[in-house]
Amino acid sequence: MDAGQLLASTIDGLIIGLVYGVAAMGLTLIFGVMNVINLAHGAIIMLGMFGVYLLFQTVGLNPYLAIILVAVAGLVVGLIMYVVAVHRVINAPPLSSLLSTFAVNMMIIGLATTAFSTTPRNVNYSLGTLEAGPVVITNSRFAASAAVILVTAGLYLFLYRTRPGKQIRAVANNRQAAELMGIPSTRVLAFSFGLGTMLAAVAGGLIATLFSFTVLSGSTYEVKSFVIVVLGGLGNPLGALIGGIILGIMEGIIPVFISVTWVTVIEFLLFVLILVVRPQGLLGARH
Amino acid sequence: MGRRLWHPGLYLALAVVLALGLAPGVTGGQGLRESMFTILMSVGLASSLNILVGYTGYVSFGHIVFFGLGGYVGFYTMTQLGWPLPLAALVGGVAAGILAFILGRILLRLRGAYFALATLGILEAMRAFVTNFSPFGGSIGLSLNFSAYRAYGGANEALWLTYWILVGLVVLTVVVSYLVRKSKFGLGLMAIREDEHAAEIMGVRASRAKTWALVLSAVIPGVIGVLFFFKNGSIEPSDAFRLNQSIELLVMVMLGGQGTVLGPVLGAFGYQRLRGYLLTSALFSDIQLTIAGVLLLLIVLFIPAGAVGWLRRRIPRLKTVLE
Repeated sequence: MDAGQLLASTIDGLIIGLVYGVAAMGLTLIFGVMNVINLAHGAIIMLGMFGVYLLFQTVGLNPYLAIILVAVAGLVVGLIMYVVAVHRVINAPPLSSLLSTFAVNMMIIGLATTAFSTTPRNVNYSLGTLEAGPVVITNSRFAASAAVILVTAGLYLFLYRTRPGKQIRAVANNRQAAELMGIPSTRVLAFSFGLGTMLAAVAGGLIATLFSFTVLSGSTYEVKSFVIVVLGGLGNPLGALIGGIILGIMEGIIPVFISVTWVTVIEFLLFVLILVVRPQGLLGARH
Repeated sequence: MGRRLWHPGLYLALAVVLALGLAPGVTGGQGLRESMFTILMSVGLASSLNILVGYTGYVSFGHIVFFGLGGYVGFYTMTQLGWPLPLAALVGGVAAGILAFILGRILLRLRGAYFALATLGILEAMRAFVTNFSPFGGSIGLSLNFSAYRAYGGANEALWLTYWILVGLVVLTVVVSYLVRKSKFGLGLMAIREDEHAAEIMGVRASRAKTWALVLSAVIPGVIGVLFFFKNGSIEPSDAFRLNQSIELLVMVMLGGQGTVLGPVLGAFGYQRLRGYLLTSALFSDIQLTIAGVLLLLIVLFIPAGAVGWLRRRIPRLKTVLE
């Protein structure tokens, strides 16, 4: 066993885990506020990827600046999606919102496949690499981690320090009580949904700077987000970030010991195990 | 029992299944048989899923895991042990039932979104596991030697045999679905769907009832899996455990009307016909997924009870006819 290789895999996994964490934060935020599992999550992640790709490819915009635009677009898409597909089923049994968001997923994937086909793409933008002994890390990974930390800090400041953020937490806690306090719950729900899709789009944009992707890549990250959300506790954004780190490190380390194809088996068995043994997640669910 | 069986709620659904199932027998066309195979398979899978989703109120993303596992176990016995199709199909069903029993004991204490997510995890874990499991051929899967069809009098005869077994199986599924709906057991399931705590207070042994509902809904998909992959000639993890196929089943149940006998039958038929039409039409083939998405959204938003539920509500007299 090579200690250097292990260290390199751990650091690599940690950084990728941070990016996973952002995607999962979006999913968990929406669930925490309105008890909806957004099955279009992967499609939004994919839109984030293609947003950055297209802005870089056609306008030549710096991918990291492009992510800011993509974030705004992600927010708008989420607001529209809430009004069109989610609001009517928000109080219906879970199957309804699962299917309505899945319907949106089908629409987006269908249109995107028509527009872009399923050929792999990548954002060809390099920031160079950093070498320290056995550890070689591309600077784009550092940039991604910095972006994740910024986004997380921003989200927490927003949720805990601003009025709209506090309104979101109030609605998540008890929608009826929040309404009685004069909080416009529909507006808050729509905005929370937008915030969730914004995080998904940002995560997609960041993934695009690290890996190649296709129109169908979103679903891989969506499923990972499910695992992470359960690890961290449904509805707990900070838990999602930590869950992401755990998953990322696992993905980094496990292949050092056994065949990489076993990673998924372990991931999902752990996922089911946690659901059964500790459904509130490792850090506890929060509403 | 005899009097209860003679009810329009049952024979309407059976009439639809038989009309679909016997059509290729009349024309003798292989193309028609192929498309009816797809439709009937969906009817069987959706009706089974309905026992869990529609009657019991538990949403599963992973129902196709029973189809896949049954298919694999049956396929293994046919290719590696040389067992005949009917026996393999039986074994596939039993394997799916056993898996369902174990999963039911473990997972059914979870409610709502937690259960739905857990079933998704099981499906993904199973696919990943089978991809690594060398007796099942790993990521390449298993394939049937063409000569295996000879035991049934040639490929064509083998495929017809498979088809007729499927028709019989789907008829059985519909009868089971009806009997469950009309039985005390089914009443217990529906009580669980409406309010699990209240059901338990009323004396429904919820955890046992839920587990048997899951087993009941798993066995037939297991058998169908064997039939499908026997017809297909090969099996691989990405075909056997497709998340999208699982979700399509939910769409069918919803489309026709969850919790009804006729609903999943009509839902599966309607969905597959629509999909076939969109895929083959020159205008829509590129964006068939998008159109299907728009339709699904409209149904979920505006006709959440599905076609049969909607009819029952709009025309009260139909309540005695449609089940």
